[in-house]
Amino acid sequence: MVIAMKQRLLACCVLMLLAFGVRAELVIEVTQGVDAPTPIAVVPFGWSGTTPLPEDIAEIVSTDLHRSGFFGAMKRADMLSFPQQQAQVFFRDWRVSGQNYLLIGRVSSTGGEQLQVTYELYDVLKETRVFGEQISGSTRNMRDMAHYIADAVFEKLTGLRGAFSTRIAYVTAQSQGAGQHRYSLQLADADGARARTILESREPIMSPSWSRDGSKLAYVSFESSRPGIYVQHLASGKREKIQSFPGLNGAPAWAPDGQRLALTLSKDGNPEIYTLDLARRQLTRVTHHYGIDTEPTWAPDGQSILFTSDRGGQPQIYRVYLADRRIERVTFEGNYNSSGKLTQDGRFLAMVHRSAGAGAAFNIAVQDLKTGRLDILTQTSLDESPTIAPNGSVVLYATQQGSTGVLAAVSLDGRVRFRMPSSSGDVREPAWSPYLQ
Amino acid sequence: MRALNVTKVAALALTFAWVAGCSSTSTQTDSADMGGSMGSEGGAMTSGSAGMGGLSGSDLPAEVANLQTVFYFDFDQSTVKGESFADLEAHARYLSSNPQANVRLEGHADERGTREYNIALGERRGNAVARFLMVNGANAGQVEVISYGEEKPAVMGHGSDSWAQNRRVELKYAGR
Repeated sequence: MVIAMKQRLLACCVLMLLAFGVRAELVIEVTQGVDAPTPIAVVPFGWSGTTPLPEDIAEIVSTDLHRSGFFGAMKRADMLSFPQQQAQVFFRDWRVSGQNYLLIGRVSSTGGEQLQVTYELYDVLKETRVFGEQISGSTRNMRDMAHYIADAVFEKLTGLRGAFSTRIAYVTAQSQGAGQHRYSLQLADADGARARTILESREPIMSPSWSRDGSKLAYVSFESSRPGIYVQHLASGKREKIQSFPGLNGAPAWAPDGQRLALTLSKDGNPEIYTLDLARRQLTRVTHHYGIDTEPTWAPDGQSILFTSDRGGQPQIYRVYLADRRIERVTFEGNYNSSGKLTQDGRFLAMVHRSAGAGAAFNIAVQDLKTGRLDILTQTSLDESPTIAPNGSVVLYATQQGSTGVLAAVSLDGRVRFRMPSSSGDVREPAWSPYLQ
Repeated sequence: MRALNVTKVAALALTFAWVAGCSSTSTQTDSADMGGSMGSEGGAMTSGSAGMGGLSGSDLPAEVANLQTVFYFDFDQSTVKGESFADLEAHARYLSSNPQANVRLEGHADERGTREYNIALGERRGNAVARFLMVNGANAGQVEVISYGEEKPAVMGHGSDSWAQNRRVELKYAGR
């Protein structure tokens, strides 16, 4: 049952955090917002209980909305009052302090760890209630309740489905001296909180890819001294080696139908794209070229695969149609385009891009496949591994800050940017989950 | 809200959580021994360092002990450079006259560009060295190529000097 599964996963996280503490927590810093973010005040929620709650729901909602770049959240210290219900709201005060929207709420205990949260959104200028809702949960999943509220408010005010309740996977590497590293595969909330380790190794871990139902990750691990492709179930931690031919075994990418993986193997002499039917363990070769073919990514309809190839002399992105193996070139600008990822509507392609010209940097760019227009979204120099939020609003990617690998994000329109510095080690290869049930 | 209305299943879910939490705490691959105490709650731990790391300098067979074992490449290139020829020919001669000897060629790239593409580039470099060895007398069965791409840099740093040292193939004799 979905609810039970989710609850179980969450409870797991809480237990583990209690037992082992948080590792490599990421913290979001908004470095650039939209020109005129919508001002919103998220007032501390009321609480009728006697013992303090483990999480501050209003703070989490406020941070979510603020870091989306679409909203400017009012500082608590600037608030004149902390209303918990409509009768306590004096719209004039909020209007004078420049707010467009006001979110209030209250938390009450319904016995044991069970909680009920009521929240209400008000339009300060119209002095009307926009909407409100009552939700139930427990002290163990308050962060989820907060992200749910942020998603609801975000969708109501922007028309875009919120992605605050999703997760990210990423790889960290910590130097152990003498050329040794400790690699780990981490799983965290989309805001970087509740990070936990799902795999640790002394050998490289690469290329995490989410199954479409969000229950599994495929990735590459060198733990056997050779690269192998593994699938790990997130709820149980159970893992399985599914591919390890001589040569490359890389770049797994889950098909939209959840039944197949696209991957790169060089067992036939040089890197080619294959699809693997997971149930039947049937391998189908998709590309045939003496150049490098790698980094497959599926079109949302499952009919074609985009991949990187240097068949034209430099890495560029191509598309192969699975029905007839017809191949077309997709990118033309610049002398290096690779690691493509499509938005869920299949229209926009995010990629690593290097402009023509000596000493040009590696940046994240997005190409509108309808018009062909390409926009470079980042200005740093070693940007890679783009992954797109399921609502198509933001590209998360890896870059360098000083000499440390960090994650950063930019909206597809380039207006909003934020960074997620890590408390320790190099952070790389983010993979944004699909919407989770 | 339906999704979070869990009152009815809470007790059951909590029980599950304990079971799941406990049963998944120490998922390990075979012969897991990290030589340290690493928590890997809810996840897995790999068997740690590769047993195929090859021999260090002092353990090299005497005939090849003084030869270069790291060979460098130009940016985005996989052509074996002239400066590498003499030592690679000597390695090939040794392999040819010692059919029981095996080498592992570890291909590497610098950090520029994408990771999976760089893995492919590292393999291309490893294959170039493998071909050179075979042309000069080594047997295909004596040579294994593994690419690490940009995952195992020889030196840290983000400049052209570091990059030049990281674009390499390391030749390692397998343990006897």
